Amino acid sequence: MEDIKIDKKINIKGLVCPYTFVKAKLAVEDLEVGQTLEILLDYEEASRSIPKSMEDHGQRVLKVEKINDTDWIIQLRKEKE
Amino acid sequence: MEFTEDQLQRYSRHIILPEVGGKGQKKILHSKVLIIGAGGLGCPVGYYLAAAGVGTIGMVDNDSVELSNLQRQIAHNTDRLGMLKVDSAKATFEALNPDAKVVGIKERLNKDNIMDFMKDYDIVVDGSDNFPTRYLVNDACVMLRKPLVSGAILRFEGQVTTIVPGEGHCYRCLFEEMPPAGLVPSCQEAGVIGAIPGVVGSLQAIEVFKLILGKGDVLKNTLLIYDALKTTFRRVKVPKNPVCPVCGDNPTITELQDYEAGYCRI
Repeated sequence: MEDIKIDKKINIKGLVCPYTFVKAKLAVEDLEVGQTLEILLDYEEASRSIPKSMEDHGQRVLKVEKINDTDWIIQLRKEKE
Repeated sequence: MEFTEDQLQRYSRHIILPEVGGKGQKKILHSKVLIIGAGGLGCPVGYYLAAAGVGTIGMVDNDSVELSNLQRQIAHNTDRLGMLKVDSAKATFEALNPDAKVVGIKERLNKDNIMDFMKDYDIVVDGSDNFPTRYLVNDACVMLRKPLVSGAILRFEGQVTTIVPGEGHCYRCLFEEMPPAGLVPSCQEAGVIGAIPGVVGSLQAIEVFKLILGKGDVLKNTLLIYDALKTTFRRVKVPKNPVCPVCGDNPTITELQDYEAGYCRI
């Protein structure tokens, strides 16, 4: 599978809702349209809620993956301001 | 500017709203709002603006806190009887949120001082209790082209309208001249149920946030009337009057004037 070029990475391990989304959203705001973000997190509920909320806000979720026993990564692309 | 960790927590419920976000919250933090009156309406408006982090809140009032105010003026309290209302409101709002700077203006508005008080603010909120001030504030906002969120309360009723000079109606498009003193309720007729200013002031605060954020539809060309006894909200269309004496095409009022206050102040 082709690797996605990531423009920015954030680590929000240790955070719970809604601060997981607050941090993710602020990071997206700092991107230009078309740029990509990778989020590293360990709060399971956010591995479902962040992708859903980001899509509701018009962004594109590229990948959600559990990478080990505790952590997930979410990759997304900014589609709109 | 970057948010501090405290600000991320304090404003998290704003930031997660699509209509606000970090950018909108920063607009709120940098905004400057002038509130006319630190009474029934000024208290809840100021309370919510301060809670939201409006950076500068000006409040104009030269009255002191009286026991009869406390049934509805929620920024004041029993320990503050006799204190200037603007000082009491400043203490309450700055204790709620250190991001909000409250500037108390201990003056009565008149035609010679109002422009100077307004010039540094982005938005004006009218929570005054008398018609001379209401007309003076309207005329000054039209002349300075400042958005004005006007509220009024009496008994079980409240009214809200938002004036965006150059875009919509103004207060004189709605009521061209001040009503004669005999048509205005006298003191013993002018009761108000304590939570009415809470409803109307909250509506005014929301109008202010929409103006700051540039989101949603404000009450432009519209008067919203709340009837608490019937529990109804009614929207009345108020077209801009092309021959309005202050905001019309050929205005006849081009300078501010002071009006006689032959009314009871509620």
